[in-house]
Amino acid sequence: MSTAAAAVPSTPAADDAKRPGRAKMEVRALSAAFGSNQVVRAIDLDIEARRVLAIIGPSGCGKSTFVRCLNRMHEITLGATVTGQVLLDGEDLYGRGVDPVLLRRRVGMVFQKPNPFPTMSIKENVLAGLRLTGTLGGTDAARVVESALTSAALWDEVKDRLDAPGGSLSGGQQQRLCIARALAVEPEVLLMDEPCSALDPIATARIEDLIHVLRERYTIVIVTHNMQQAARASDTTAFFLHGELVECSPTERLFTHPRDRRTEDYITGKFG
Amino acid sequence: MVRHTDREYEGELRELNDRILKMAGRVEAMVSRSVRALVERDPDLARATILLDESVNADEVEIDEQCQSILARRQPLAGDLRFISCALKMVTDLERIGDIAVNLCERAIELAREPALTPIAELGQMALLVQEMLKEVADAFTARAADRARAVIRRDDMVDELYHGALRTMLSLMSQDPRALQRGIHTLAVAKFLERIGDHATNLAEEVVYLVDGKDIRHAGKRAAPPGV
Repeated sequence: MSTAAAAVPSTPAADDAKRPGRAKMEVRALSAAFGSNQVVRAIDLDIEARRVLAIIGPSGCGKSTFVRCLNRMHEITLGATVTGQVLLDGEDLYGRGVDPVLLRRRVGMVFQKPNPFPTMSIKENVLAGLRLTGTLGGTDAARVVESALTSAALWDEVKDRLDAPGGSLSGGQQQRLCIARALAVEPEVLLMDEPCSALDPIATARIEDLIHVLRERYTIVIVTHNMQQAARASDTTAFFLHGELVECSPTERLFTHPRDRRTEDYITGKFG
Repeated sequence: MVRHTDREYEGELRELNDRILKMAGRVEAMVSRSVRALVERDPDLARATILLDESVNADEVEIDEQCQSILARRQPLAGDLRFISCALKMVTDLERIGDIAVNLCERAIELAREPALTPIAELGQMALLVQEMLKEVADAFTARAADRARAVIRRDDMVDELYHGALRTMLSLMSQDPRALQRGIHTLAVAKFLERIGDHATNLAEEVVYLVDGKDIRHAGKRAAPPGV
Protein backbone atom coordinates (compact mmCIF):
# COMPACT_ATOMS: atom_id res chain seq x y z
CA MET A 1 0.00 0.00 0.00
CA SER A 2 2.65 2.45 1.02
CA THR A 3 4.57 1.83 -2.20
CA ALA A 4 1.50 2.59 -4.29
CA ALA A 5 0.99 5.77 -2.32
CA ALA A 6 4.61 6.71 -2.84
CA ALA A 7 4.04 6.63 -6.59
CA VAL A 8 1.71 9.57 -6.15
CA PRO A 9 3.38 12.94 -5.57
CA SER A 10 2.34 13.67 -2.05
CA THR A 11 3.44 17.19 -1.24
CA PRO A 12 0.74 19.46 -2.53
CA ALA A 13 2.73 22.55 -3.24
CA ALA A 14 6.13 21.07 -4.10
CA ASP A 15 5.59 21.05 -7.85
CA ASP A 16 3.60 24.16 -8.41
CA ALA A 17 4.86 26.30 -5.55
CA LYS A 18 6.73 28.58 -7.88
CA ARG A 19 4.16 28.67 -10.60
CA PRO A 20 0.71 29.69 -9.44
CA GLY A 21 -1.50 30.29 -12.42
CA ARG A 22 -0.16 27.52 -14.64
CA ALA A 23 -2.67 24.84 -15.60
CA LYS A 24 -2.90 22.32 -12.80
CA MET A 25 -5.72 20.50 -14.56
CA GLU A 26 -6.58 20.60 -18.24
CA VAL A 27 -10.02 19.47 -19.29
CA ARG A 28 -10.29 18.48 -22.95
CA ALA A 29 -13.55 17.71 -24.78
CA LEU A 30 -15.05 16.32 -21.61
CA SER A 31 -18.57 14.95 -21.90
CA ALA A 32 -20.52 13.06 -19.27
CA ALA A 33 -23.87 11.30 -19.30
CA PHE A 34 -26.25 9.34 -17.18
CA GLY A 35 -27.40 6.62 -19.61
CA SER A 36 -28.65 8.45 -22.68
CA ASN A 37 -28.97 11.74 -20.82
CA GLN A 38 -25.95 13.84 -21.66
CA VAL A 39 -25.35 16.37 -18.88
CA VAL A 40 -21.86 17.69 -19.68
CA ARG A 41 -21.03 18.54 -23.28
CA ALA A 42 -17.54 18.80 -24.72
CA ILE A 43 -15.99 21.03 -22.06
CA ASP A 44 -12.53 22.52 -22.61
CA LEU A 45 -11.17 24.30 -19.58
CA ASP A 46 -7.86 24.92 -17.83
CA ILE A 47 -7.83 24.96 -14.05
CA GLU A 48 -4.99 27.12 -12.78
CA ALA A 49 -2.71 25.99 -10.00
CA ARG A 50 -3.29 27.55 -6.58
CA ARG A 51 -6.20 29.66 -7.74
CA VAL A 52 -9.87 29.39 -6.96
CA LEU A 53 -12.17 28.51 -9.83
CA ALA A 54 -15.89 29.00 -9.19
CA ILE A 55 -18.44 27.21 -11.30
CA ILE A 56 -21.86 28.78 -11.52
CA GLY A 57 -24.99 28.00 -13.47
CA PRO A 58 -28.66 27.14 -13.00
CA SER A 59 -29.78 23.83 -11.51
CA GLY A 60 -29.23 20.98 -13.90
CA CYS A 61 -26.55 22.79 -15.92
CA GLY A 62 -24.05 19.99 -15.26
CA LYS A 63 -21.76 21.86 -12.89
CA SER A 64 -21.80 19.22 -10.13
CA THR A 65 -21.40 16.39 -12.63
CA PHE A 66 -18.49 18.30 -14.17
CA VAL A 67 -16.56 18.52 -10.90
CA ARG A 68 -17.35 14.91 -10.12
CA CYS A 69 -15.57 14.04 -13.36
CA LEU A 70 -12.46 15.79 -12.03
CA ASN A 71 -11.81 13.07 -9.47
CA ARG A 72 -13.67 10.24 -11.17
CA MET A 73 -16.60 10.31 -8.77
CA HIS A 74 -19.10 10.54 -11.63
CA GLU A 75 -18.39 7.03 -12.86
CA ILE A 76 -19.44 5.56 -9.48
CA THR A 77 -23.10 6.17 -10.40
CA LEU A 78 -24.72 3.29 -12.25
CA GLY A 79 -25.02 4.00 -15.98
CA ALA A 80 -22.72 7.01 -15.84
CA THR A 81 -20.31 7.49 -18.71
CA VAL A 82 -17.46 9.90 -19.43
CA THR A 83 -15.57 10.73 -22.62
CA GLY A 84 -12.71 13.14 -23.22
CA GLN A 85 -9.66 13.89 -21.15
CA VAL A 86 -8.86 15.38 -17.77
CA LEU A 87 -5.14 15.99 -17.30
CA LEU A 88 -3.66 16.45 -13.84
CA ASP A 89 -0.14 17.83 -14.21
CA GLY A 90 -0.29 16.61 -17.79
CA GLU A 91 -1.37 13.07 -16.93
CA ASP A 92 -4.78 11.78 -18.04
CA LEU A 93 -6.95 10.80 -15.07
CA TYR A 94 -8.86 8.48 -17.32
CA GLY A 95 -5.71 6.85 -18.68
CA ARG A 96 -5.07 3.15 -18.22
CA GLY A 97 -3.58 2.13 -14.95
CA VAL A 98 -4.78 5.14 -12.99
CA ASP A 99 -6.17 4.03 -9.63
CA PRO A 100 -9.26 6.15 -8.89
CA VAL A 101 -8.80 5.71 -5.14
CA LEU A 102 -5.27 7.09 -5.22
CA LEU A 103 -6.38 9.79 -7.62
CA ARG A 104 -8.96 10.95 -5.10
CA ARG A 105 -6.16 11.48 -2.60
CA ARG A 106 -4.69 14.02 -4.99
CA VAL A 107 -8.05 15.51 -5.88
CA GLY A 108 -10.15 15.73 -2.71
CA MET A 109 -13.79 16.62 -2.41
CA VAL A 110 -16.09 18.40 0.04
CA PHE A 111 -19.82 18.02 -0.42
CA GLN A 112 -22.90 20.18 -0.08
CA LYS A 113 -24.18 18.60 3.10
CA PRO A 114 -21.55 18.24 5.83
CA ASN A 115 -21.09 14.48 6.04
CA PRO A 116 -18.77 13.60 8.90
CA PHE A 117 -19.14 10.10 10.28
CA PRO A 118 -21.53 11.14 13.06
CA THR A 119 -20.59 8.65 15.75
CA MET A 120 -16.89 8.57 14.92
CA SER A 121 -14.76 10.95 16.99
CA ILE A 122 -13.51 14.23 15.58
CA LYS A 123 -9.99 12.84 15.55
CA GLU A 124 -10.98 9.64 13.74
CA ASN A 125 -13.01 11.62 11.23
CA VAL A 126 -9.87 13.54 10.26
CA LEU A 127 -7.90 10.33 9.93
CA ALA A 128 -10.64 8.43 8.07
CA GLY A 129 -9.23 9.11 4.60
CA LEU A 130 -5.76 7.99 5.58
CA ARG A 131 -7.10 4.85 7.22
CA LEU A 132 -9.28 4.03 4.19
CA THR A 133 -6.33 4.21 1.83
CA GLY A 134 -4.13 2.43 4.37
CA THR A 135 -1.60 5.21 4.24
CA LEU A 136 -1.57 6.29 7.85
CA GLY A 137 1.29 3.83 8.49
CA GLY A 138 3.85 5.16 10.87
CA THR A 139 2.93 8.83 10.45
CA ASP A 140 2.24 10.73 13.62
CA ALA A 141 -1.55 10.62 13.79
CA ALA A 142 -1.74 13.38 16.42
CA ARG A 143 0.30 15.69 14.22
CA VAL A 144 -1.80 14.94 11.16
CA VAL A 145 -4.97 15.69 13.15
CA GLU A 146 -3.66 18.97 14.49
CA SER A 147 -2.27 20.08 11.15
CA ALA A 148 -5.45 19.24 9.19
CA LEU A 149 -7.75 20.82 11.79
CA THR A 150 -5.55 23.91 11.92
CA SER A 151 -5.61 24.20 8.12
CA ALA A 152 -9.39 23.87 8.23
CA ALA A 153 -9.55 26.64 10.88
CA LEU A 154 -11.23 24.31 13.36
CA TRP A 155 -8.38 23.36 15.71
CA ASP A 156 -8.96 26.06 18.32
CA GLU A 157 -12.62 25.15 18.60
CA VAL A 158 -12.15 21.39 19.03
CA LYS A 159 -8.65 20.80 20.41
CA ASP A 160 -10.05 19.99 23.87
CA ARG A 161 -12.61 17.51 22.65
CA LEU A 162 -10.99 15.52 19.88
CA ASP A 163 -12.71 12.37 21.13
CA ALA A 164 -16.20 13.87 20.95
CA PRO A 165 -18.34 12.51 18.11
CA GLY A 166 -18.26 14.40 14.80
CA GLY A 167 -22.02 14.70 14.97
CA SER A 168 -21.78 16.84 18.11
CA LEU A 169 -20.42 19.80 16.13
CA SER A 170 -22.48 22.60 14.59
CA GLY A 171 -23.20 22.50 10.85
CA GLY A 172 -20.43 24.94 10.03
CA GLN A 173 -17.95 23.08 12.22
CA GLN A 174 -18.97 19.79 10.62
CA GLN A 175 -18.25 21.23 7.19
CA ARG A 176 -14.82 22.41 8.34
CA LEU A 177 -14.28 18.93 9.81
CA CYS A 178 -15.01 17.52 6.35
CA ILE A 179 -12.51 19.97 4.89
CA ALA A 180 -9.97 18.83 7.51
CA ARG A 181 -10.67 15.22 6.53
CA ALA A 182 -10.08 16.08 2.88
CA LEU A 183 -6.87 17.99 3.72
CA ALA A 184 -5.48 15.22 5.94
CA VAL A 185 -4.55 13.16 2.89
CA GLU A 186 -2.65 16.16 1.50
CA PRO A 187 -4.48 16.60 -1.77
CA GLU A 188 -3.29 18.93 -4.53
CA VAL A 189 -6.72 19.93 -5.70
CA LEU A 190 -9.78 20.50 -3.54
CA LEU A 191 -13.22 20.23 -5.12
CA MET A 192 -16.05 21.84 -3.17
CA ASP A 193 -19.59 21.14 -4.29
CA GLU A 194 -21.87 23.80 -2.81
CA PRO A 195 -19.96 23.68 0.48
CA CYS A 196 -21.94 26.47 2.13
CA SER A 197 -25.47 25.93 0.92
CA ALA A 198 -26.47 24.33 4.22
CA LEU A 199 -24.67 26.92 6.37
CA ASP A 200 -25.67 30.24 7.95
CA PRO A 201 -23.89 33.47 6.86
CA ILE A 202 -21.32 33.39 9.67
CA ALA A 203 -20.37 29.77 9.01
CA THR A 204 -20.29 30.63 5.30
CA ALA A 205 -17.94 33.56 5.95
CA ARG A 206 -15.63 31.20 7.90
CA ILE A 207 -15.47 28.77 4.98
CA GLU A 208 -14.85 31.60 2.51
CA ASP A 209 -12.12 32.99 4.75
CA LEU A 210 -10.65 29.50 4.84
CA ILE A 211 -10.77 29.26 1.03
CA HIS A 212 -8.66 32.43 0.84
CA VAL A 213 -6.04 30.83 3.05
CA LEU A 214 -6.16 27.41 1.38
CA ARG A 215 -5.62 28.83 -2.08
CA GLU A 216 -2.02 29.56 -1.09
CA ARG A 217 -1.39 25.81 -1.07
CA TYR A 218 -4.14 24.15 -3.04
CA THR A 219 -5.92 24.43 -6.34
CA ILE A 220 -9.60 24.90 -5.51
CA VAL A 221 -12.72 24.37 -7.57
CA ILE A 222 -15.95 25.49 -5.94
CA VAL A 223 -19.41 24.84 -7.32
CA THR A 224 -21.90 27.37 -6.01
CA HIS A 225 -25.44 28.52 -6.54
CA ASN A 226 -24.58 31.72 -4.80
CA MET A 227 -23.26 34.28 -7.26
CA GLN A 228 -22.06 36.59 -4.52
CA GLN A 229 -20.04 33.71 -3.10
CA ALA A 230 -18.41 33.09 -6.47
CA ALA A 231 -17.74 36.84 -6.73
CA ARG A 232 -16.20 36.95 -3.25
CA ALA A 233 -14.23 33.75 -3.13
CA SER A 234 -12.87 32.98 -6.59
CA ASP A 235 -10.20 34.21 -9.00
CA THR A 236 -11.84 32.78 -12.08
CA THR A 237 -15.48 32.00 -12.73
CA ALA A 238 -16.94 29.57 -15.25
CA PHE A 239 -20.58 29.80 -16.27
CA PHE A 240 -22.26 26.56 -17.31
CA LEU A 241 -25.57 26.31 -19.13
CA HIS A 242 -27.28 23.16 -20.44
CA GLY A 243 -24.10 21.18 -19.90
CA GLU A 244 -21.97 23.60 -21.90
CA LEU A 245 -19.30 26.03 -20.78
CA VAL A 246 -20.60 29.43 -21.88
CA GLU A 247 -17.82 31.58 -20.49
CA CYS A 248 -14.78 31.32 -18.26
CA SER A 249 -13.34 34.68 -17.25
CA PRO A 250 -11.49 36.40 -14.43
CA THR A 251 -14.13 36.74 -11.70
CA GLU A 252 -14.05 40.52 -11.56
CA ARG A 253 -14.51 40.74 -15.30
CA LEU A 254 -17.32 38.18 -15.38
CA PHE A 255 -19.34 39.95 -12.70
CA THR A 256 -18.85 43.48 -14.02
CA HIS A 257 -18.72 42.95 -17.77
CA PRO A 258 -19.33 39.39 -18.93
CA ARG A 259 -18.44 38.57 -22.51
CA ASP A 260 -21.50 36.48 -23.28
CA ARG A 261 -25.08 37.73 -23.27
CA ARG A 262 -26.26 34.48 -21.64
CA THR A 263 -23.88 35.04 -18.73
CA GLU A 264 -25.16 38.60 -18.34
CA ASP A 265 -28.76 37.41 -18.35
CA TYR A 266 -28.08 34.68 -15.79
CA ILE A 267 -26.09 36.73 -13.29
CA THR A 268 -28.47 39.67 -13.46
CA GLY A 269 -31.44 37.36 -12.89
CA LYS A 270 -33.01 37.64 -16.31
CA PHE A 271 -33.67 33.93 -16.73
CA GLY A 272 -37.28 32.77 -16.69
CA MET B 1 -35.50 42.91 -24.53
CA VAL B 2 -34.89 40.34 -21.79
CA ARG B 3 -36.32 41.38 -18.46
CA HIS B 4 -35.39 40.52 -14.92
CA THR B 5 -37.22 37.53 -13.52
CA ASP B 6 -37.89 39.55 -10.38
CA ARG B 7 -40.38 42.12 -11.67
CA GLU B 8 -40.06 44.35 -8.64
CA TYR B 9 -36.32 44.63 -9.25
CA GLU B 10 -36.97 45.30 -12.92
CA GLY B 11 -39.35 48.08 -11.84
CA GLU B 12 -36.78 49.58 -9.46
CA LEU B 13 -34.14 49.76 -12.20
CA ARG B 14 -36.60 51.30 -14.65
CA GLU B 15 -37.65 53.86 -12.09
CA LEU B 16 -34.03 54.76 -11.44
CA ASN B 17 -33.44 55.12 -15.17
CA ASP B 18 -36.48 57.39 -15.53
CA ARG B 19 -35.39 59.52 -12.58
CA ILE B 20 -31.96 60.10 -14.09
CA LEU B 21 -33.57 61.12 -17.37
CA LYS B 22 -35.92 63.51 -15.59
CA MET B 23 -33.02 65.03 -13.70
CA ALA B 24 -31.06 65.38 -16.94
CA GLY B 25 -34.10 67.10 -18.47
CA ARG B 26 -34.32 69.55 -15.58
CA VAL B 27 -30.61 70.34 -15.82
CA GLU B 28 -30.86 70.86 -19.60
CA ALA B 29 -33.76 73.25 -19.02
CA MET B 30 -31.76 75.16 -16.39
CA VAL B 31 -28.83 75.58 -18.77
CA SER B 32 -30.99 76.73 -21.69
CA ARG B 33 -32.89 79.18 -19.50
CA SER B 34 -29.68 80.57 -18.01
CA VAL B 35 -28.25 81.08 -21.50
CA ARG B 36 -31.49 82.81 -22.55
CA ALA B 37 -31.34 85.03 -19.44
CA LEU B 38 -27.83 86.06 -20.49
CA VAL B 39 -28.65 86.70 -24.12
CA GLU B 40 -31.94 88.50 -23.44
CA ARG B 41 -30.54 90.32 -20.40
CA ASP B 42 -33.50 89.07 -18.39
CA PRO B 43 -32.82 89.08 -14.60
CA ASP B 44 -36.33 87.80 -13.80
CA LEU B 45 -35.77 84.70 -15.90
CA ALA B 46 -32.37 84.27 -14.21
CA ARG B 47 -33.95 84.48 -10.74
CA ALA B 48 -36.70 82.03 -11.67
CA THR B 49 -34.11 79.62 -13.05
CA ILE B 50 -32.03 79.74 -9.87
CA LEU B 51 -35.07 78.44 -7.99
CA LEU B 52 -35.09 75.29 -10.15
CA ASP B 53 -31.80 74.20 -8.62
CA GLU B 54 -33.61 73.02 -5.50
CA SER B 55 -35.36 70.24 -7.37
CA VAL B 56 -32.10 69.21 -9.04
CA ASN B 57 -30.46 68.98 -5.63
CA ALA B 58 -33.37 66.91 -4.38
CA ASP B 59 -32.99 64.62 -7.43
CA GLU B 60 -29.36 64.03 -6.52
CA VAL B 61 -30.16 63.01 -2.95
CA GLU B 62 -33.09 60.80 -3.93
CA ILE B 63 -31.24 59.01 -6.74
CA ASP B 64 -28.27 58.44 -4.44
CA GLU B 65 -30.58 56.90 -1.86
CA GLN B 66 -32.23 54.70 -4.45
CA CYS B 67 -28.83 53.47 -5.66
CA GLN B 68 -27.74 52.68 -2.10
CA SER B 69 -30.94 50.78 -1.53
CA ILE B 70 -30.51 48.70 -4.70
CA LEU B 71 -26.87 48.00 -3.82
CA ALA B 72 -27.81 46.86 -0.32
CA ARG B 73 -30.87 44.84 -1.20
CA ARG B 74 -30.19 43.49 -4.68
CA GLN B 75 -26.40 43.14 -4.94
CA PRO B 76 -26.52 44.04 -8.65
CA LEU B 77 -24.03 42.43 -11.02
CA ALA B 78 -22.70 42.91 -14.55
CA GLY B 79 -24.77 45.44 -16.54
CA ASP B 80 -26.92 46.22 -13.50
CA LEU B 81 -23.83 46.93 -11.40
CA ARG B 82 -22.43 49.20 -14.10
CA PHE B 83 -25.77 50.97 -14.28
CA ILE B 84 -25.80 51.70 -10.54
CA SER B 85 -22.19 52.86 -10.41
CA CYS B 86 -22.82 54.97 -13.51
CA ALA B 87 -26.00 56.44 -11.96
CA LEU B 88 -24.09 57.46 -8.82
CA LYS B 89 -21.54 59.35 -10.91
CA MET B 90 -24.01 60.82 -13.37
CA VAL B 91 -26.08 62.48 -10.66
CA THR B 92 -22.97 64.16 -9.31
CA ASP B 93 -22.12 65.61 -12.72
CA LEU B 94 -25.73 66.61 -13.35
CA GLU B 95 -25.96 68.33 -10.01
CA ARG B 96 -22.75 70.23 -10.71
CA ILE B 97 -24.13 71.38 -14.06
CA GLY B 98 -27.20 72.64 -12.18
CA ASP B 99 -24.91 74.63 -9.89
CA ILE B 100 -23.09 76.07 -12.88
CA ALA B 101 -26.42 77.13 -14.41
CA VAL B 102 -27.06 78.99 -11.15
CA ASN B 103 -23.67 80.68 -11.53
CA LEU B 104 -24.56 81.68 -15.08
CA CYS B 105 -27.83 83.16 -13.83
CA GLU B 106 -26.01 85.16 -11.15
CA ARG B 107 -23.75 86.62 -13.83
CA ALA B 108 -26.79 87.32 -16.02
CA ILE B 109 -28.28 89.37 -13.18
CA GLU B 110 -25.01 91.31 -12.77
CA LEU B 111 -24.56 91.86 -16.50
CA ALA B 112 -28.13 93.10 -16.92
CA ARG B 113 -27.26 96.00 -14.62
CA GLU B 114 -24.52 97.16 -16.97
CA PRO B 115 -24.59 98.41 -20.56
CA ALA B 116 -24.54 95.62 -23.12
CA LEU B 117 -21.16 94.42 -24.27
CA THR B 118 -20.24 93.73 -27.91
CA PRO B 119 -21.48 90.21 -28.58
CA ILE B 120 -18.68 87.62 -28.46
CA ALA B 121 -19.24 85.11 -31.29
CA GLU B 122 -17.34 82.30 -29.53
CA LEU B 123 -19.56 82.54 -26.45
CA GLY B 124 -22.73 82.08 -28.47
CA GLN B 125 -21.22 79.07 -30.21
CA MET B 126 -20.07 77.58 -26.90
CA ALA B 127 -23.52 77.99 -25.41
CA LEU B 128 -25.12 76.21 -28.36
CA LEU B 129 -22.52 73.47 -28.38
CA VAL B 130 -22.71 72.56 -24.68
CA GLN B 131 -26.50 72.46 -24.86
CA GLU B 132 -26.29 70.09 -27.80
CA MET B 133 -23.77 67.96 -25.91
CA LEU B 134 -26.12 67.72 -22.94
CA LYS B 135 -29.04 66.71 -25.10
CA GLU B 136 -26.97 64.21 -27.05
CA VAL B 137 -25.50 62.57 -23.94
CA ALA B 138 -29.01 62.14 -22.49
CA ASP B 139 -30.09 60.53 -25.76
CA ALA B 140 -27.00 58.28 -25.75
CA PHE B 141 -27.89 57.23 -22.20
CA THR B 142 -31.49 56.50 -23.17
CA ALA B 143 -30.46 54.50 -26.23
CA ARG B 144 -27.48 52.91 -24.45
CA ALA B 145 -25.42 54.04 -27.46
CA ALA B 146 -21.70 54.17 -26.72
CA ASP B 147 -20.81 55.54 -30.17
CA ARG B 148 -23.05 58.56 -29.65
CA ALA B 149 -21.49 59.13 -26.23
CA ARG B 150 -18.02 59.01 -27.78
CA ALA B 151 -19.11 61.62 -30.32
CA VAL B 152 -20.06 63.92 -27.44
CA ILE B 153 -16.57 63.55 -25.97
CA ARG B 154 -14.98 64.58 -29.28
CA ARG B 155 -17.09 67.74 -29.36
CA ASP B 156 -15.57 68.93 -26.10
CA ASP B 157 -12.32 69.75 -27.96
CA MET B 158 -14.29 72.29 -29.95
CA VAL B 159 -15.69 73.80 -26.75
CA ASP B 160 -12.16 74.18 -25.40
CA GLU B 161 -10.98 75.81 -28.60
CA LEU B 162 -13.87 78.27 -28.55
CA TYR B 163 -13.15 79.00 -24.90
CA HIS B 164 -9.57 79.99 -25.65
CA GLY B 165 -10.79 82.07 -28.59
CA ALA B 166 -13.29 83.83 -26.32
CA LEU B 167 -10.53 84.57 -23.80
CA ARG B 168 -8.37 86.18 -26.45
CA THR B 169 -11.26 88.29 -27.76
CA MET B 170 -12.24 89.39 -24.25
CA LEU B 171 -8.69 90.32 -23.28
CA SER B 172 -8.32 92.45 -26.36
CA LEU B 173 -11.69 94.14 -25.74
CA MET B 174 -10.84 94.83 -22.11
CA SER B 175 -7.41 96.20 -22.91
CA GLN B 176 -8.96 98.56 -25.47
CA ASP B 177 -11.69 99.83 -23.17
CA PRO B 178 -10.99 99.87 -19.39
CA ARG B 179 -14.62 100.84 -18.76
CA ALA B 180 -15.59 97.37 -19.97
CA LEU B 181 -13.51 95.73 -17.24
CA GLN B 182 -16.36 94.93 -14.86
CA ARG B 183 -18.53 93.49 -17.64
CA GLY B 184 -15.51 91.77 -19.10
CA ILE B 185 -14.79 89.91 -15.88
CA HIS B 186 -18.39 88.68 -15.66
CA THR B 187 -18.25 87.61 -19.28
CA LEU B 188 -14.97 85.77 -18.75
CA ALA B 189 -16.64 83.89 -15.90
CA VAL B 190 -19.53 83.00 -18.23
CA ALA B 191 -17.03 81.55 -20.72
CA LYS B 192 -15.40 79.52 -17.96
CA PHE B 193 -18.79 78.23 -16.76
CA LEU B 194 -19.78 77.13 -20.27
CA GLU B 195 -16.44 75.38 -20.64
CA ARG B 196 -17.05 73.57 -17.34
CA ILE B 197 -20.47 72.41 -18.55
CA GLY B 198 -18.67 70.90 -21.55
CA ASP B 199 -16.33 69.06 -19.16
CA HIS B 200 -19.24 67.65 -17.13
CA ALA B 201 -21.03 66.61 -20.33
CA THR B 202 -17.81 64.79 -21.27
CA ASN B 203 -17.78 63.04 -17.89
CA LEU B 204 -21.39 62.00 -18.45
CA ALA B 205 -20.48 60.64 -21.87
CA GLU B 206 -17.57 58.65 -20.41
CA GLU B 207 -19.97 57.22 -17.84
CA VAL B 208 -22.36 56.16 -20.62
CA VAL B 209 -19.49 54.44 -22.49
CA TYR B 210 -18.64 52.52 -19.31
CA LEU B 211 -22.28 51.62 -18.79
CA VAL B 212 -22.66 50.26 -22.30
CA ASP B 213 -19.22 48.86 -23.15
CA GLY B 214 -17.78 48.22 -19.70
CA LYS B 215 -14.71 50.23 -20.75
CA ASP B 216 -13.27 52.90 -18.50
CA ILE B 217 -12.05 55.56 -20.93
CA ARG B 218 -11.37 58.30 -18.37
CA HIS B 219 -7.92 59.86 -18.52
CA ALA B 220 -7.11 57.45 -21.33
CA GLY B 221 -4.30 59.62 -22.66
CA LYS B 222 -2.68 60.15 -19.28
CA ARG B 223 -2.84 56.50 -18.27
CA ALA B 224 -1.35 55.38 -21.56
CA ALA B 225 1.73 57.53 -20.95
CA PRO B 226 4.80 55.71 -19.63
CA PRO B 227 5.56 56.18 -15.92
CA GLY B 228 7.43 59.32 -15.06
CA VAL B 229 6.11 61.22 -18.07
